[in-house]
Amino acid sequence: MDAQPVIVTQNVFKAFGKNKVLQGFDFKLMEKENVVILGKSGSGKSVLIKCIIGLMKPDAGSIKVFGEEVTQFNTKQFETLRAKVGFLFQSNALYDSMTVRENLEFPLRRHAVSSDGTNMLDLVKEALGNVGLEHTIDMMPSDLSGGMRKRIALARTLILKPRIILYDEPTTGLDPITGKEISRLMLDIQKKYNTASLIISHDVNCVKIVANRIVVLIDGISYAEGTYQELIQSTDSKVKQFFD
Amino acid sequence: MKIDTVKVFLNELGKLTQFSLRFFLEGIKPRYEFNEWARQCFFIGYQSLLLTGVTGFIIGLVITIQSHPSMEAFGTESWLPSVVSVSLVREIVPVITALICAGKIGSGIGAELGSMKVTEQIDAMEVSGTNPYKYLVVTRILASTLMLPLLVITSDAISLYGAYIGVNMKQVVSFSLYTNQVFAKLNFGDVLPSIFKSFFFGFAIGAIGCYKGYNTEHGTEGVGRAANSAVVVATFAVFLIDLIAAQMADILHIT
Repeated sequence: MDAQPVIVTQNVFKAFGKNKVLQGFDFKLMEKENVVILGKSGSGKSVLIKCIIGLMKPDAGSIKVFGEEVTQFNTKQFETLRAKVGFLFQSNALYDSMTVRENLEFPLRRHAVSSDGTNMLDLVKEALGNVGLEHTIDMMPSDLSGGMRKRIALARTLILKPRIILYDEPTTGLDPITGKEISRLMLDIQKKYNTASLIISHDVNCVKIVANRIVVLIDGISYAEGTYQELIQSTDSKVKQFFD
Repeated sequence: MKIDTVKVFLNELGKLTQFSLRFFLEGIKPRYEFNEWARQCFFIGYQSLLLTGVTGFIIGLVITIQSHPSMEAFGTESWLPSVVSVSLVREIVPVITALICAGKIGSGIGAELGSMKVTEQIDAMEVSGTNPYKYLVVTRILASTLMLPLLVITSDAISLYGAYIGVNMKQVVSFSLYTNQVFAKLNFGDVLPSIFKSFFFGFAIGAIGCYKGYNTEHGTEGVGRAANSAVVVATFAVFLIDLIAAQMADILHIT
């Protein structure tokens, strides 16, 4: 059976005052696919995924997730959607006042299959096992390195076993080696859980490892689209600048 | 004052009022974040106890020492316990405690929520299906509203003990005589308005701290500004509430 689209955006517009960020952005994310949106800083990449998850509202256009129009969603509908869509924040957004275990248990408070603490602990251990950091369960986020924090944030995103994961600049602020480790981990997770991933990035190393398809966001629109191999051979100077 | 400044002030006041009123709408609806509320009660109440208690003791002692010469000059030094206790319980201790809390709690909440905002922790909470207003704001406002009167009552008691020591520095008064003199003049009309206004002090300090932190912008610089602004606005709010409370007590003849 053909893969179905899980996210479809059509003609999405978003402006902050006179600064027009998205100007009719169209794109599709298919099941079990890794799509990278490549663009310069401030080009509206993060704004796009925040519109998808409901943290921002687009000025115009349509965003469909699992076939449902999310621009018209109310809070309750977003709560249901968010159990199926994970979000990895650029800054990791780990709760400073909570241990790693409490950070991972937090999303389970609303969505856990059982309120039984044992079940929660199993899920936490499984998520930590996926990122290879079981030993950090009782540590505080401030005791962890940048790479470890990113992994813990990824474990927290995975704990509800989402069908789509949105990654906001997953390798920003990491050294190249750790960045590659995180990129490979993202790929492993996608294979293990068959998730679809939408990755916002300007890190070509990450793009090369994880992308099945790349969408280049320039001037608020989907300027170019293709595989990594196709885009590095592009003669368009605006596209080439990302790969030089 | 420029018209723009007035507009900005009124706009900010409107947003703060709207933000504070949301507390009542969100607060009554389940789910109730009991654990977080209890944690905030511990931070806001228990962890402020030493500071407000010591301050209350010093204020009681100092007011008594400084009042003594004037009262001695008029030959009314035997009234010292009753006069000092009324001024401490009615006005000085509630306001001083609220001002200390405006500094300690207001800045703490402003900085904590501000840093959570700029590091996307509030967004992360929303994405994970938790209403951040309910989890972060309702719990903090409720904790500060309920803890401030308790801090005031404790400080009242400690300040009266400070005043007892102050009285005994110049003369010898037994504890039972001192207590009798204090409670002969101190009545419910003195105690209740001071406790009643403490609820409003607590609500204002919590709401302003949360509002400033929750709406922080411009990164880490904004966090500092939010904490600072929370203290300034909460301090002003304490004096404003005190003024309104004094007028209300006067109008209702609660004296």
